[in-house]
Amino acid sequence: MLNAILVPIGIISAFGLLFGIGLAIAAKVFEVPEDPRIPLVRAALPGANCGGCGFPGCDALAGSIVEGSAAVDVCPVGGGDTAAAIAKIMGKEAGSAVKKIATVICQGTCETAPNRADYYGEMDCREAMIASGGAKGCRYGCMGYGTCKSVCPFNAISMGEDGLPKVDPDKCTSCGKCVDACPKSVMNLVPITQEIIVKCHNLDKGKIARLSCTTACIGCGACEKACNFDAIKVENNCAKIDYDKCRQCYECVDKCPMNCISGDIDYGKLTARAGL
Amino acid sequence: MSLIFILISSIFVNNFVLSRFLGICPFLGVSKKVETALGMGAAVTFVMALASAITYVVQYAILEPLNLGYLQTIAFILVVAALVQFVEMIIKKMTPSLYQALGVFLPLITTNCAVLGVAFLNIQYEYNFIETIVNGIGAALGFTLAIVLFAGVRERLESSEIPMAFEGFPIALLSAGLMAIAFLGFSGMKLG
Repeated sequence: MLNAILVPIGIISAFGLLFGIGLAIAAKVFEVPEDPRIPLVRAALPGANCGGCGFPGCDALAGSIVEGSAAVDVCPVGGGDTAAAIAKIMGKEAGSAVKKIATVICQGTCETAPNRADYYGEMDCREAMIASGGAKGCRYGCMGYGTCKSVCPFNAISMGEDGLPKVDPDKCTSCGKCVDACPKSVMNLVPITQEIIVKCHNLDKGKIARLSCTTACIGCGACEKACNFDAIKVENNCAKIDYDKCRQCYECVDKCPMNCISGDIDYGKLTARAGL
Repeated sequence: MSLIFILISSIFVNNFVLSRFLGICPFLGVSKKVETALGMGAAVTFVMALASAITYVVQYAILEPLNLGYLQTIAFILVVAALVQFVEMIIKKMTPSLYQALGVFLPLITTNCAVLGVAFLNIQYEYNFIETIVNGIGAALGFTLAIVLFAGVRERLESSEIPMAFEGFPIALLSAGLMAIAFLGFSGMKLG
């Protein structure tokens, strides 16, 4: 009786052992000399295989970094620490890679930017986009159906009660999934140190923009005049900040008549500032 | 004489892909370019021929004498998996470009039902050792033939005008179906 169990176990184990030894020998014989730095770089990468770097996964990126065809700091998820670790392995200096996080470039809540229609359908922004560009009055604003939330692999995005997504800066790894998914291009990757952000990308003329949202950028140019560093410019009826030039002096924030330039990356603090 | 029958039968009449519908995954996955398809076919041929031989030995030298016929499945899978690992190493060493092109489909030969299928069929038809190997090679050649022909068709599909709804996989599946119907013609063959 016992044999009926032990013999099969023994046979299969013997098979496994035999093949294992065979493969181990074959692995030595057919060994492909691999750059010893590849596994080291691979270990330094986060291993989420999110594809945020543009390569098919962490393995492919590690190979490209060691080959020299990719920079050491292209992994958006790992940020500065990972870049520094990889740079150490590669014997290079890492550029000062400031972590970027996904930022909502819209503050058109249900109150400030009313809907122009009712939308009954799949609660997905890309679906709603097909139905004549969504229900929101502002053609550029966040529709708030939470596609960014559902595509985020790191659970960093939640939908606030005001209908706008909120990004948890600690969880966001700047993989860019939400940026790609948002049909309105409301999600943007912005350096985490950048506090002053134009929270609107409405390209309509001032009058139309003002009608669709009470916090829309109307392209008045007050910020451009207020800026002492030539960092903010109005292009196509919407203000744009050059993050390299901006010294975050808050001049433009104070001068903006529409309160569409946020003084803080955290949307909650902005509403406190505006006294809403 | 019977060896030739087995060979022809496994290549054409009972073509593994187009008449038995085994190994469809690599058939659709690696059939975008003729060269890659040939590489895949070669890898499958190697694995199938060796797997047929080894599983024959395993079946008649180990499992049957010990009355362990029920271990067939797990033992055969073990053999196939080890072989695929081995082939992967060889290809990685010999032709890195083919290794890149085959990508995930190379380790997927492990779960290729065509390889396991031929091992089981050999036992089912009670072939002897030589017949087993011939059948293994024939089945693999049939697979290679099908995948290379299909790759040729798909290469031309790329540059032909296809209605939008049929672009990509739909038209590929349709062509595969038409090829299967064409191969159906062989089933009327009377041998001997």
